[in-house]
Amino acid sequence: MSGAGATLAVELENATVRFSSERGSVTALENVALQVQPGGFISLLGPSGCGKSTLLRLVADLVPPTGGTVSVLGGPPERARLNRELGFVFQDATLLPWRSALENVRLPLEVGPKKRERAGLRTPEELLRLVGLAGREHALPHELSGGMRQRVAIARALVSEPRILLMDEPFGALDEITRDTLNEELLRIWRETGTTILFVTHSIPEAVFLSERVLVLATNPGRVRELVLCELPYPRPLSVRETPEFIRIASHLRALLQTC
Amino acid sequence: MDDRQTAVIAEPAVARRAAAPALSRPRPPRSQALLPFVAAAVLVIAWQVLAQVFSLPIYIAPTPIQIVKTLVSELPMLMRNFVPTAIESLIGFLLGNAIAIAVAVLFVHSRRLEAALYPIAVFVNTIPILAKAPILVLIFGLGMTSKVVIAAFICFFPTLANMVRGLTSVNPQSLELMRVLSASRAEVFWKLRVPSSLPFLFSALKIASTTSVLGAIVGEWIGADLGLGALIIEATHNFRSPLLYATVFVSSAWAVVFFAVVSFAERRIVTWKQGEVS
Ligand SMILES: Nc1ncnc2c1ncn2[C@@H]1O[C@H](COP(=O)(O)OP(=O)(O)O)[C@@H](O)[C@H]1O
Ligand SMILES: [Mg+2]
Repeated sequence: MSGAGATLAVELENATVRFSSERGSVTALENVALQVQPGGFISLLGPSGCGKSTLLRLVADLVPPTGGTVSVLGGPPERARLNRELGFVFQDATLLPWRSALENVRLPLEVGPKKRERAGLRTPEELLRLVGLAGREHALPHELSGGMRQRVAIARALVSEPRILLMDEPFGALDEITRDTLNEELLRIWRETGTTILFVTHSIPEAVFLSERVLVLATNPGRVRELVLCELPYPRPLSVRETPEFIRIASHLRALLQTC
Repeated sequence: MDDRQTAVIAEPAVARRAAAPALSRPRPPRSQALLPFVAAAVLVIAWQVLAQVFSLPIYIAPTPIQIVKTLVSELPMLMRNFVPTAIESLIGFLLGNAIAIAVAVLFVHSRRLEAALYPIAVFVNTIPILAKAPILVLIFGLGMTSKVVIAAFICFFPTLANMVRGLTSVNPQSLELMRVLSASRAEVFWKLRVPSSLPFLFSALKIASTTSVLGAIVGEWIGADLGLGALIIEATHNFRSPLLYATVFVSSAWAVVFFAVVSFAERRIVTWKQGEVS
């Protein structure tokens, strides 16, 4: 890897994504600029259809930019993908239903180039323990609750020790209590692993609680509205949500979203 | 037993996902599982009584007791005829399904091949088996080969259709996951497409387990010295009704055993299909 430390984890310059079909074209993202430092935690917030998923997919090399440049760890997204530097967590856990929790976590070590070298310091068993699933290693996905499945998906994303973790509304379908627990765990995992996290959410409190910065996107076309700093010291207990500073940031974001 | 076996192209995942919340009535208790057997016993007894009361001639409707007697006394002869039918249906089953699976894999790898050949497969499938069978006998002769081919033919299409569906109806999100992991085509095929297709494959195999027996018997009708189909024709022509019924019983029993074995294998292999998790 070139330029250790100085290299940005993710850098978008005037990134534009346009989807064209016979029925016309949609500009999902227009001239988006973004810089994420290694080890940063940034949330993407905005109304439906403002291009949050598209931005993550751009970084993951799942869609190409139609304009501007995208660089991931100082190179093209494809290189980061082939080097297995990326972990992706979808809104629904996307577990393979015929594999046990443990076998699902092992999947990244069984496929793709460099599957062997990517075995990280933590074994799949340890990762399941890290996400609080010790004892359920051999359960099939349909035997687990929604929250447990999402934990498995997070363990799976971490198993090859990605330097960048992309999470697309990972807790969107969960109840509030499970969500709070997983939010706390995610912060703990982030601090322990030092991964860069790009996190899409619809929830203002979730964005403020988790992230260092919140990127607010506006729709039609998808573009940057504002980048908001969340200057609350880590580690953040859940009670941080009652502090005046938290409430100030949250209401600022709410006001912003009304204009998106 | 699975009543979906009657569908020509079952849609396991779709049907189950849709049916799961609305129709998942609690499983009948054990005593209810016996009900069909009780009902069958009642019907058989009623049949015996009615046949005796109206003293129907044996060649029109033999009584259950007469049939059982024939079954016992003619057992060696029935078994001699059962063996070729069993072999033909078994080999036809293996051959037809193996070819169907191979063709499905080809189709999934080459859209062009699928576009060229699938309509032909559909067309051939619309020809009734009773029309195809004589042609195949002309080509493959009066021996066992033609029966194997007919049985294979009858298995082929449902398995092809289900397997193509199974291999292609992979959760798109799982495909994206594989792409993020930079999985190769072969890895996607073996780790994703093949397991996803298994519930579809097994519903086709359950259909094939019974239709392959049908295929072998139809083939034997057209011309054979030995086999349950030949025996059915012979017993009918000679008005040997108890033997006819006994033969039909043996062929049904074989189809049921065949079906049960495939169902058992399905239950052992496809352990995850309950409310398919995304
Ligand atoms: N593969 C695609 N083809 C065509 N249009 C797409 C595709 N993916 C996303 N879009 C469009 O791009 C816009 C942004 O979508 P998305 O990134 O999913 O938004 P968000 O995740 O913020 O809800 C939407 O208008 C959506 O319809
Ligand atoms: Mg989205």
